Amino acid sequence: MKTDIILAGVGGQGILSIAAVIGEAALEDGLYMKQSEVHGMSQRGGDVQSHLRIGDKPVASDLIPLGNADIIVSLEPMEALRYLPYLKKDGWIVTNSKPFENIPNYPEMEKLMDEYEHLPNKIILNVEQLAKDLGAPRSGNVVLLGAASPYIGVDFSKLENGIRRIFGRKGEEIVALNLKALRAGKDHA
Amino acid sequence: MEKQLFLGDEAIAQAAIDAGLSGVYSYPGTPSTEITEYIQNSKTAKENGIFSQWCANEKTAVETAFGMSYAGKRTLSCMKHVGLNVAADAFMNIAMSGINGGMIIVTADDPSMHSSQNEQDNRVYGNFAMIPVFEPSNQQEAYDMIYEGYDWSEKWGYPVLFRITTRMAHSRSGVRTREARPQNPVGVEKDAQQKYTLLPVNARKRFKVLLDKQKDFLEASETSRYNQFLPLNPLKGTLTDAQNANIAQAKSPLQGVGGLLQGVGKLGIVACGIAFNYLQENYPDGFAHPVLKISQYPLPIKQLRQLVEACDEILVLEDGYPVVEEQLKGYLGIGLKIHGRLDGTLPREGELTPDKVRKALGMEVLSGYPASEAIAQRPPALCAGCGHRDVYEALNEVLKEYENAKVFSDIGCYTLGALPPFRAIDTCIDMGASITMARGASEAGIFPAVAVIGDSTFTHSGMTGLLDCVNAKANVLIIISDNETTGMTGGQDSAATGRIHAICMGIGVEPEHLHGIVPLKKNFEEMKRLIRNEIEYQGVSVIVPCRECIQTHGKKVKTKK
Repeated sequence: MKTDIILAGVGGQGILSIAAVIGEAALEDGLYMKQSEVHGMSQRGGDVQSHLRIGDKPVASDLIPLGNADIIVSLEPMEALRYLPYLKKDGWIVTNSKPFENIPNYPEMEKLMDEYEHLPNKIILNVEQLAKDLGAPRSGNVVLLGAASPYIGVDFSKLENGIRRIFGRKGEEIVALNLKALRAGKDHA
Repeated sequence: MEKQLFLGDEAIAQAAIDAGLSGVYSYPGTPSTEITEYIQNSKTAKENGIFSQWCANEKTAVETAFGMSYAGKRTLSCMKHVGLNVAADAFMNIAMSGINGGMIIVTADDPSMHSSQNEQDNRVYGNFAMIPVFEPSNQQEAYDMIYEGYDWSEKWGYPVLFRITTRMAHSRSGVRTREARPQNPVGVEKDAQQKYTLLPVNARKRFKVLLDKQKDFLEASETSRYNQFLPLNPLKGTLTDAQNANIAQAKSPLQGVGGLLQGVGKLGIVACGIAFNYLQENYPDGFAHPVLKISQYPLPIKQLRQLVEACDEILVLEDGYPVVEEQLKGYLGIGLKIHGRLDGTLPREGELTPDKVRKALGMEVLSGYPASEAIAQRPPALCAGCGHRDVYEALNEVLKEYENAKVFSDIGCYTLGALPPFRAIDTCIDMGASITMARGASEAGIFPAVAVIGDSTFTHSGMTGLLDCVNAKANVLIIISDNETTGMTGGQDSAATGRIHAICMGIGVEPEHLHGIVPLKKNFEEMKRLIRNEIEYQGVSVIVPCRECIQTHGKKVKTKK
């Protein structure tokens, strides 16, 4: 088994927490993984991505080769499209639908949706709205992870354990909210 | 022991702690920052009394680490690649004296310039100083090579330069840690004075010792388990069909699809550091060529000879500059055919990727979906509510009144003032250059000549330039935009916090031309007035707009809750 995941978003949106949960889950599953992330200048509101690779054999490259990603998980609809050259023909895109507009020339939503029209495998959901409805407004990224969970290649229960380990420091209440968010994302997709 | 998920940076930090580290001395710089931060946040490090406070700059950091090594203890100093330029004076001469307690200097190079102004390859510094360079190919090696590196450093009596690149620094993987060892006791060597006093008479002796050590360094490289010659061995009879197919391909002319290697000979591959992973990625079932993996320098001559004997051509894969390629090729390029970044087999600039390596090997690069035409660039920007924004708004307003104004800026978040909507600065070259360039330009006839520098950059390398300005009575306005932190690297303590006024006064800035202000909307007119007045003053003026970085402020508010 091998899954190559591209996580995308804008600096500060929280893609690294998603990566951390998947990483913990993969490690618990006894899988090998490498996860390359962006620190530094781009984190100031620029585009950020993380290459996450898990498998039952050792992972060689820290970077995913072009045309190899099984899934793009994005907290922002335009950012997901930035990495299309990495996506396998039968790969999936799971993305937040709500744009993050911090640039003057952000494209028309219609133009973005036209692009999505041509992609066969996609899940587009407003994770912020879903999170808000759950009473967990800060857990949009975990809702997104839930929606992407069927395609990641790690047991859902392991992802739940990942949530417990990553958010454990913040208390039981936060853990419970995030577990709810994870489940809601999965159910929605 | 159980595997833990570590960034390359964190693996280095944990290994140093486990190896009996007594102090880490560093200046923040992407992609090296997380090493020192990890030690600062480590419970074990705290319990063991490991020193880990940030230093004013990389030179003070390396020298402090060296002082601790002189006293017998194990030390670490971490910096981004350009930081080693700042520390170069110390670095080159520590290689002359040698060390006592184990000393490792980590240089985190940034090919592709993700967060840097150049992509210099600091393995060159290793050659220059004639000391060993370690370059791990994965996170586990990063851990192991630091852990063992301290033993090597003490055995040799020389520091080790530990080179990683951004991808290694900021990529996470499972790492098995080893048993923690105690710190060294304090103790100075018997011959310490001669060794550490580089008067010409002693320096000449030390240089002979260093030259003599080269054979030990080489022998260590040739016997290192991190340097491996992996010959093709088809006689074993254990190869898969895929491996045999690869070998058959290797013996035939290399005319792979879209490949650049059109030679007719047998190809051997040298893969340095992380490049080895990209090579492996492209041969999941085993290499099709003899491979020499290199993670320890000086280059192991014995294994290189083995490779050369087995092959007619060599492809060199290395992240950064063509350092090894140049060494193998020689200036005249006569002899063995060497392929790599110099002959166009790989691009001369930029970070290596599995796809670049794939193309160089003559394999077809896969493609996913075509690039989207709908997307727009999303460059980084100053945060909403950032004090630097208020400074640039006021400065831009005032400078509209002057036709030939130039703004010399520096390294930090405020460099983003070069981008829209501000377009407020004209230069950014190296740490501290804002102040000194402003003086030079002013003396050449530029008016007004304004410098914009951050607080941490000011204490890193701006203070000496300010002294020059004061002594020359230069006609410059220096704005020290103080956010009380080292912002761009994520909010590390700034050596300048609470000290800028005292420093400026001490250097001799006239008190009536030294001003503080809080950069907020409500002070906009006052800030403009100050800037205008001080531009008109014929001499050195310093304005210090001071408001805490909103990122660090936000974190503090969160922690209080």
